[in-house]
Amino acid sequence: MTALDEIKIGGLGASRKRVEDSRFIRGRGNYTDDIVLPGMLHMEILRSPLAHARIVSIDTSKAWQIPGVHLVLTGEMMATRNLAWMPTLSYDTQAVLATDKVRFQGQEVACVIADDPYIAKDACEAIEVEYEPLPVIVNPEQALAEAAPIIRDDKTGTTSNVIFNWEVGDAAGTESAFARADKISRLRLHYPRSHPSPIECCGSIADFNRATSKLTVYMTTQAPHIIRAAVALVAELPEHMIRIVSPDIGGGFGNKVPVYPGYVCSILASILLERPVKWIEDKTGNLISTGFARDIYLDGELALREDGKILAVRMHVDSDHGAFFSDAQPSKFKIGLLHSTFACYDVPVGHITARGTYTNKAPGGVAYRCSFRVTEAMFFQERMIHQAAIDLGMDAAEFRRINLVPDDAFPYRTPFGFLTDSGQYGKCLDVGLKAIGYEDFRKQQAQAKANGRLLGLGISTMTEPLGAGNSREYDILGIKMFDSAELKIHMTGKALLRTGSKSQGQGHETTWAQIVAHELGIPAEDVVVEEGDTDTAPFGMGTYASRSTPVAGAAVAMVSRKIRAKARKLAAHLLEVSEEDLEWELGRFYVRGAADRGVTITECALAAYTNMPDGMEPGLENTAYYDPPNLTWPFAVYIVTVEVDPATGVWDVLNMVAVDDCGVRINPMIVEGQIMGGLTEAYAMANMQFITFDAEGNCVGANYMDYLLPTAWETPGYELHSEVVTPSPHHPIGAKGIGECAAVGGPAAFVNAVMDAITDTGVRNIDMPLLPDRVWEAITKRRDVSGAPPVRTD
Amino acid sequence: MTTVYDDVGDQAAGDVPMRRIAFTINGARKIAEVEPRLLLAHLIRRGVGLTGTHMGCDTTNCGACTVLVDGKPIKSCTMLAVQADGHEITTVEGLASASELHPLQEGFRAEHGLQCGFCTPGMMLAAKALLDVNPDPTEEDVRWALSGNLCRCTGYQNIVKSVLWAAAKLRSQSAG
Ligand code: FES
Ligand code: FES
Repeated sequence: MTALDEIKIGGLGASRKRVEDSRFIRGRGNYTDDIVLPGMLHMEILRSPLAHARIVSIDTSKAWQIPGVHLVLTGEMMATRNLAWMPTLSYDTQAVLATDKVRFQGQEVACVIADDPYIAKDACEAIEVEYEPLPVIVNPEQALAEAAPIIRDDKTGTTSNVIFNWEVGDAAGTESAFARADKISRLRLHYPRSHPSPIECCGSIADFNRATSKLTVYMTTQAPHIIRAAVALVAELPEHMIRIVSPDIGGGFGNKVPVYPGYVCSILASILLERPVKWIEDKTGNLISTGFARDIYLDGELALREDGKILAVRMHVDSDHGAFFSDAQPSKFKIGLLHSTFACYDVPVGHITARGTYTNKAPGGVAYRCSFRVTEAMFFQERMIHQAAIDLGMDAAEFRRINLVPDDAFPYRTPFGFLTDSGQYGKCLDVGLKAIGYEDFRKQQAQAKANGRLLGLGISTMTEPLGAGNSREYDILGIKMFDSAELKIHMTGKALLRTGSKSQGQGHETTWAQIVAHELGIPAEDVVVEEGDTDTAPFGMGTYASRSTPVAGAAVAMVSRKIRAKARKLAAHLLEVSEEDLEWELGRFYVRGAADRGVTITECALAAYTNMPDGMEPGLENTAYYDPPNLTWPFAVYIVTVEVDPATGVWDVLNMVAVDDCGVRINPMIVEGQIMGGLTEAYAMANMQFITFDAEGNCVGANYMDYLLPTAWETPGYELHSEVVTPSPHHPIGAKGIGECAAVGGPAAFVNAVMDAITDTGVRNIDMPLLPDRVWEAITKRRDVSGAPPVRTD
Repeated sequence: MTTVYDDVGDQAAGDVPMRRIAFTINGARKIAEVEPRLLLAHLIRRGVGLTGTHMGCDTTNCGACTVLVDGKPIKSCTMLAVQADGHEITTVEGLASASELHPLQEGFRAEHGLQCGFCTPGMMLAAKALLDVNPDPTEEDVRWALSGNLCRCTGYQNIVKSVLWAAAKLRSQSAG
């Protein structure tokens, strides 16, 4: 009997074609808006046109008169049920429907439930709201100004617009390192506000069953179990009478983590009307009111020694959270994992201060393809590194090489307390430089310059913390960040796997089965994977922050091992030997020294139901909850070359190389898909994608005509490298997170490339996005271009 | 012949004049009574009940709602249902035959051209319109033909490969 070929059964390392594709390519996906329930009504939301205004009156009488309208909800009505406000995932409160005043443009003011969405929209337009405009705050500077109006006057005792002050690191040690420095490199940066903007908007169908008093909500959520707990708290319903179902999701990227007013309104409407109520947001609603990301200002400094060694890092950030602090961050860390910055560099000491402010903008701060603000952390880091090399007159690659954490230093304690697990940073950098043809490019660049052409090369190197918990340090609203998997092996050896994570395109139905195949030798095609239904899936924290593979994926391996342990007992029974005499090879136990005497996992499964030893509990099922000992730390090198047109400021990508060491790759095809998606978001951030506000707080970027996303036409091609593999030492199969690396590390590579092309101008910074007019301004006026376009204070 | 009564039309206010339209969708002839303002995308999704046609923006930008009308790619969120009167519509559900996937469907699977799948039906139909007139496109041709369709997951590289995969297969089929 020969051992199974792991790749053939779709195990670890197989680029197995995706299971979920079979339905998607036929148009048979089951997204929230595809679900139709008998007697279903439709809800539309009326939103505020103003960013800050007192509500004088709301007259809904005309809306009620429209035939087909069943219910018009306002904040006042919500208040009678104690539902006008809801708790956020960050210990703040958020208005469900506005009562006293509106605090951002697009805030939910009323909603209509009608026979169809067209009627509901008509009725929304028939609602008359009188507003008394108030002064508007659109950035932290205004929020902190002396006489600034208080945005959150709903909270008694609030005297400022500051949400939090948070610090980490060693202030005194950093100070003394700066005093010893040969050189100090300073940079002020803004990471502009942007929206994750999955193509599918948010939505829900609430179905309150009068007969059973059970509430089922089908909704676009990346974290159904957290939502169940939140609904129990907000709607004061018993948790066992709530079922959250997250069907197919058309992309999430962090946008579908928070609890939105629309969900709550559809739930209340269904309870009141005792009929299913569907709410499907339109794109403008999605872009102006749901989970923004970034919008953070940095003052950064590096203390440097003449020979290129970094002595210390100091950062202050001001973060704009909009009108409600509704990030989903681990509760200990007010500014997410921003303090993972500089984790790949050997920096002895550092200090970070962070301040969060309210503004009259939609609530922001979601982890957009990002493990809790690490996108900002790594962008700031790599822009500072780029500038520090220039300030020292050193080569950007050489400067990194001097400071990267060496291979023998792991596990490595960063200045802000993280413990990075493993890596081969220098090797990855070498692979990247070779792939881009570093030396040759520098020569070409010099030649081009002599001909008046501007070529540039940008590097970004980074490690990032992926896969929260451990539960000692990471929780959301006190709920520890672990994850789970439940595996049922049927008597014919086929299996059902359920996890607490929730795919939104990552392909869990494919990859989780591969882990089972790897651990048990059951062919992946014999394992069906289910997620997203809180009545059946084990409790888990959901999918975001690249935590699925590090946490739920680990749980899948662990539950498989529990199954294998029981199967070993069954095998010993079947073979009439003791467990200690058994050896395991993929899919089979055999007697040590007698390889032909063995039983397969399928035979063990049958025995679990038909022929178990005396005293053994029947069945072959188990559940594992996995609390990771540490985060996983993938490493990446992104290198971009560009040409900038000095006459127009337009820049084109010549080449892009991505070297990702994410440990063991479960499905290389899917990993590469994730990387290419992330690189495109990075390109988008650097090039075009931002949402800004005018002085009145009008959101500029409220639809896809103003909020520019790259198409196939603009998007460059990428060259991916996977030759460096450093398995995570603590993950059961050595995997690390990967879904977000490219989106996190990529933007700085593009910006650094453009800055490299225009180094001779002496301009230190152009804030993203690097729109042609901004690049042109920097080149011709020889000055930094800062802040969020187009609202600039020149 | 099937008669489709769209729920939107049925329940609209009494004074809205309903229009009767006849159209063909994926080869099946249908009649529907619709409100004049009803979008084609809504007729397809809610009226006919074919939910493979997705809506991502309703401002003609994302292309998730792309269908073929008389063989031409149309963003169905920007066409009124009444304008489809007398026309032939193909949606993603009409791509495969009873027994076989369309090469585009195979190509998207083979080259990992989709992740969340939300943009995929629109992408495949826009690609079909290209391949119908240009069986041997360059990468640039494909990128241009798909430039009205947004994808947030894949970064397009694999979508382009998927379309080229399908083009090659279609060519070998017609050669064979
Ligand atoms: S829904 Fe039609 S183009 Fe976006
Ligand atoms: S696959 Fe998700 S939008 Fe294209």
